[in-house]
Amino acid sequence: MISFSPSEEQQMIVNVVKQFATDEMRKVYREADESGEIPARIIDTAWQLGFVYSGIPEEHGGPGGEHSAITSSLIAEELAWGDLSMAMHILCPTLVVFPVLEMGTEEQKREYLPAFCREKYKAATAALMEPRFNFNPHSLSTTARLNGSDYLLSGEKCYVPLAANADLLLVYAAENGSNQGFILEKGASGLEIGEPEKNMGIKALATYELALKDCRIPRENRLGGEKGCAFNRIMNCSRVALSAMAVGVARAAFEYSRDYAKERVAFGEPIAARQAIAFMLAEMAIEVDAARLMTWEAAWKLDQKEDTTKEASLVKMYADDMAVTVTDRAVQILGGHGYIREHPVELWLRNGRGFATFDGMAIV
Amino acid sequence: MIDFELTPEEEAAVKVAHKAAEELFRPISRYYDEHEHESPQELIDTLWEKRGEVGMLGLNLAAALGIEELCWGDAGLMLCNPGPSLGGAAVWASGTPEQRTRFLKRFTEDKPKWGAMAMTEAGCGSDTSAITTTAVRDGDEWVLNGEKIFVTQGKRALEDSDGIVVVWATVDKSAGRAGMKSFVVEAGTPGMRVEKLEKKLGIRASDTATVIFEDCRIPYENILGSPEVRTLDKTKTAGFQKAMATFDATRPIVAAQALGVGRAALDFVKETLEREGIEIRYGLPRNKLSALERDVMDMEAHYKAAKLLTLRAIWMLNQGQPNNLEASMAKAKTGLAVTRITQKAVELMGPLGYSRKYLLEKWMRDAKINDIFEGTGQINMLVVARRVLGYSRDQLK
Repeated sequence: MISFSPSEEQQMIVNVVKQFATDEMRKVYREADESGEIPARIIDTAWQLGFVYSGIPEEHGGPGGEHSAITSSLIAEELAWGDLSMAMHILCPTLVVFPVLEMGTEEQKREYLPAFCREKYKAATAALMEPRFNFNPHSLSTTARLNGSDYLLSGEKCYVPLAANADLLLVYAAENGSNQGFILEKGASGLEIGEPEKNMGIKALATYELALKDCRIPRENRLGGEKGCAFNRIMNCSRVALSAMAVGVARAAFEYSRDYAKERVAFGEPIAARQAIAFMLAEMAIEVDAARLMTWEAAWKLDQKEDTTKEASLVKMYADDMAVTVTDRAVQILGGHGYIREHPVELWLRNGRGFATFDGMAIV
Repeated sequence: MIDFELTPEEEAAVKVAHKAAEELFRPISRYYDEHEHESPQELIDTLWEKRGEVGMLGLNLAAALGIEELCWGDAGLMLCNPGPSLGGAAVWASGTPEQRTRFLKRFTEDKPKWGAMAMTEAGCGSDTSAITTTAVRDGDEWVLNGEKIFVTQGKRALEDSDGIVVVWATVDKSAGRAGMKSFVVEAGTPGMRVEKLEKKLGIRASDTATVIFEDCRIPYENILGSPEVRTLDKTKTAGFQKAMATFDATRPIVAAQALGVGRAALDFVKETLEREGIEIRYGLPRNKLSALERDVMDMEAHYKAAKLLTLRAIWMLNQGQPNNLEASMAKAKTGLAVTRITQKAVELMGPLGYSRKYLLEKWMRDAKINDIFEGTGQINMLVVARRVLGYSRDQLK
């Protein structure tokens, strides 16, 4: 039965995240963007809220809640509304946790999941993107080949969040033309992590290039063991997560520019009283809502365990464009002030512009 | 709980309507586009026989989904479907229980009948508060004088059947919006006549009439809502707001009509590409996609965005939640989306798109009305803007 209303429990979670985003993230997002650092307090507090481990079953040390892509999307939107860098940092361990939870072998679950159920944030990440303009997740240049009882990984990756701190790293590579995930532990031989990348946006999120030079890992570290992983599904989960985040960033920009337009007086009345401005805001409101509903629908389909490639691709494309348009309009509405770093809209434009580039950097 | 699964009843409604669209609408679609003021009598009789089966009465999700399917068949022919339509929606929204029975009972009995809404005049379209048609009380009657244009199904409601038309008129010009009231006029009332039928860009199967009122006398009880002209407090625009409340119910339904036309064009494009062995490669990065693939995905995404906004607006209506903002969001987005989708489809299909051998060029013409009637795209943007800003009509003109 069609419904557009989150459950009571989901609404409670949304309220908690919204509160956290308002009280904590929004207080420090500018400083974090300027310094490139996120206060540990933010990460620790968010960890306690359980976004990463709440879906881990009791037998693996978690509270055993149900994992839902819709709930994750709701959380991702609110966190990204607070700040995109922090949202990606906070949710980064899910890049390993969710695939292992859904596709890992029993041994892999036993081995890796309990460490995420402890008190302190545990950094883990995934490496998908590769540093070339025509990167295509469905034809990876990074390769994995079997050598005795080990896999040898070769290639280069980029936009790997938190790579330097991560205890676990899920590397996607082509094995005989089929994309698979490989779990690396910190300090794996042949794994070289570069300097932090310098990006236009998400400046408070530490991302890295890394090189895999015949990086050797045990055969049993292939995600899903003999069965392997459902790479397309992982991509779709990522598209939905990134779309939810795009909605969060765009909504932040919409709300800020709406409030500004009601305050800012020109020619004797608030600029919002002019249709040129008011219509931009109306369009922004419509597009943010449209992208959110498409995100929900795709997330719902993921939860039904159906093939979501079409829905996830469409919403990702739509939300990528929407995030750029809406954040750009927000800067435009603030005019010269929008260009100044005293207001957040320029930051949201830089962050919003990233979605068309990002791939595999978040997951629901 | 967020859910996108249709109920079995909704699934069935879609199926029945789609079958009707394929079997009854599509085969005669071109004929009635080219024979503008001919009436598709056989279709009307069939639809009348099947009434209740093709669920179009009511303003729920099943009805909206069915309407989308029928408009996928032919939007103009869908509008010929006998029923209370917009006039009926107005009676539902602001009539008393007695009025609902008196005016709406006829739509399920005897012979096919239509309901219509007469709001627009030569001098006012979106600015409905500038209406000049007058209603003057004379004892137990109202006397109507004025000229209404663009009355959808006006001829069928008033000349071809025992239908009704809801007429918007002022009882006190000096009172502005507060004096604006709606009245039900029944077919056959002396002093009312249908003068002409418009020739249109699209939806040609649907009649669009001019209706003249010359000392047209109707019973006093035919006024919808309160006859009082209150000018002191915020309720002063109550009469007008009733009309606007009708739009909250009808805009999502009109959006559903639009979706059908948009999807018809989209399906045509996809079927043509499939026949040519061209696959849309979802999941590829956009710099790997062909321009054609990007266009098709863009059309699909806009269709989906519009559809979800529409379903949300109807769902809220059925939940009894205020949906003024969401109804206008859905209408604004959908009108624009299907206009673009059909225009892009004509472009992509090249000679197949422009030729009258196929229906695509017709769908482009049909689609455009959705960006105009039941509130132009701009009027709906204005409603959305006022809502998101918390502005009154005086604060944002």
